[in-house]
Amino acid sequence: MGRYALQRLLGVIPLLFVVSVLVFMFIHLIPGDPARLIAGKDATLEEIQGIQEQLGLNLPLWKQYINYMGDLLSGNLGNSIRSGMPVTDMLESRVMPTLWLTFLSMGWALVIGLLIGVISAVYRNKWPDYAGTLTAISGMSIPGFWLGLVLIQIFSVELGWFPTGGVDSWKSYILPSITLGAGIMSMLARYSRSSMLETMREDYIRTGRAKGLREYVVIGRHALRNSLIQVVTVAGLQFGFLLGGSVMVETVFSIPGLGRLLVDSILFRDYTVIQALLLMFATQFILINLIVDLLYGVLNPKIRYSS
Amino acid sequence: MSNNSSVMGAGSPLSEEVLAPAKTKGRFGAFIRKFCKQRMALVATCFIILLFLVGIFGPFLTPYNPDEPNYDALMTGPSAAHWAGTDEYGRDILSRLMDGTRLTLAVSLSAVMIAAVFGTIFGLLSGYYGGWLDRLIMRGSDVLFSFPDLLLAIGIVAILGPGLSNVVIAVAVFGTPSFARIIRSVTLSAKETLFVEAARSMGAKNRRIIWRHIFPETISSIIVNVSMKIGGAILAAASLSFLGMGAKTTEPDWGAMLSMGRDYLSIAPHIVYFPGIAIFLTVLAFNLVGDGLRDALDPKTKN
Repeated sequence: MGRYALQRLLGVIPLLFVVSVLVFMFIHLIPGDPARLIAGKDATLEEIQGIQEQLGLNLPLWKQYINYMGDLLSGNLGNSIRSGMPVTDMLESRVMPTLWLTFLSMGWALVIGLLIGVISAVYRNKWPDYAGTLTAISGMSIPGFWLGLVLIQIFSVELGWFPTGGVDSWKSYILPSITLGAGIMSMLARYSRSSMLETMREDYIRTGRAKGLREYVVIGRHALRNSLIQVVTVAGLQFGFLLGGSVMVETVFSIPGLGRLLVDSILFRDYTVIQALLLMFATQFILINLIVDLLYGVLNPKIRYSS
Repeated sequence: MSNNSSVMGAGSPLSEEVLAPAKTKGRFGAFIRKFCKQRMALVATCFIILLFLVGIFGPFLTPYNPDEPNYDALMTGPSAAHWAGTDEYGRDILSRLMDGTRLTLAVSLSAVMIAAVFGTIFGLLSGYYGGWLDRLIMRGSDVLFSFPDLLLAIGIVAILGPGLSNVVIAVAVFGTPSFARIIRSVTLSAKETLFVEAARSMGAKNRRIIWRHIFPETISSIIVNVSMKIGGAILAAASLSFLGMGAKTTEPDWGAMLSMGRDYLSIAPHIVYFPGIAIFLTVLAFNLVGDGLRDALDPKTKN
């Protein structure tokens, strides 16, 4: 296990390096001189040169990268072009709403998705299976932002049960997490159905039935537990999808989270903030995938030894 | 003896044809039979054909001029005259939806096709040649995979600027690595088959082996993956338009229409409902067809 974990950990380092270079290059890839972009349209030449020197944009690229990484490792992400505030402060106040939203969405999606998947597999090719499959494929096809707007129209505008946006109370999180979780729920339902069907063809399931175990013991203790490993892995990998989806959902429900910050920063061309957010999302995603890989190794000895 | 000599004629097209796996009408017929058994996929196919017809002949079919404002009928709900109601300028929503069909299909199809072409080339090269080329391509796709789909697209649009053509590029970029991985794995197994070995032993060049022998083996995977990806591409493009990074608000793009209607949600929800239903049904149809094709073409997922 130690060797497998070490291999995985070492594999992540070059990936993080390349991602950091890409994100660093981001500001140089935008057409036009970054100093001019930061200074604004009416800036004088001196002002532009001042910014160039202040940000070290006149240094060779590799030196700029080293400075950038040095700042990054000491926790300095630069200042927002738009407001002049340190980017780290801006991110700090935005983390919690996004985290809450992500975990609530994942929570209900996992429970309901598994339930639909298991029921579909047990009643394969009967009406509960068709209903479950149709629910799953509909959830995959529904545009998240539209679902959010429809929920707002019905439950906030018409019925007045929930607030239309913001994060004032726990009630504010209900509609957004339904919206964000719908896609994941569908994916997990489809995945757990096929995983359950596969597990139920295994010999030990037949053995269980042959020795007279009750059906719910066979399903619950043997089939479900074994396919759970794979389903949880897939769920972990879907966190990236949630990060992307949070951009949409936070925009629809006016939630002051990281996704909303990204959209605002792009609309206002606040490149330092965009850079920091892209780096953060990518790092988070890579680390989650790493954790999922390691967990998978812990749960499944086959993976551990074959590597 | 004459038969023998033709097989020995190294590299001649005929001899390779003899050794290549038989692709008869039987295989295609079996596919059609299997696909037609799935009623949902069949219904969805009909719906998609209808969409294409609307996309092609849309301008001749719309009941009203999609761009013409009518200030006597601002934001009216669905009625006999306007089946899907009118928007904030009094334009007929059904006409705008029909007009926008072409835009939706063009954007999503071109993005997925670009991704398929590049992904297939990368996958074939990576799987066939292996070595440093394989490592380079696969590490490259790892890097792209380390950004969540929609965020990668948003990042690309932030660099290139808003607009539908940039949306196509962004959606194509995040679609490419998954094609590359799938085609690579098919290539790896096709490389080990006897007919490839036979072709090689007869002195066929690498390029010829890749295109004449391995590429045909990947076609069914490509078709399945294209059909599975179109729905996602439509959703991604609509999302970008909704965020104001895609279509201009003057264009009859479904995502942009939704985004405009958002401001009138409490007084005229139908402006939001209908474009959303159009997106939903279209994506659903493509996903159902994708599932149907996968079940009919991929023997591994028969259940």
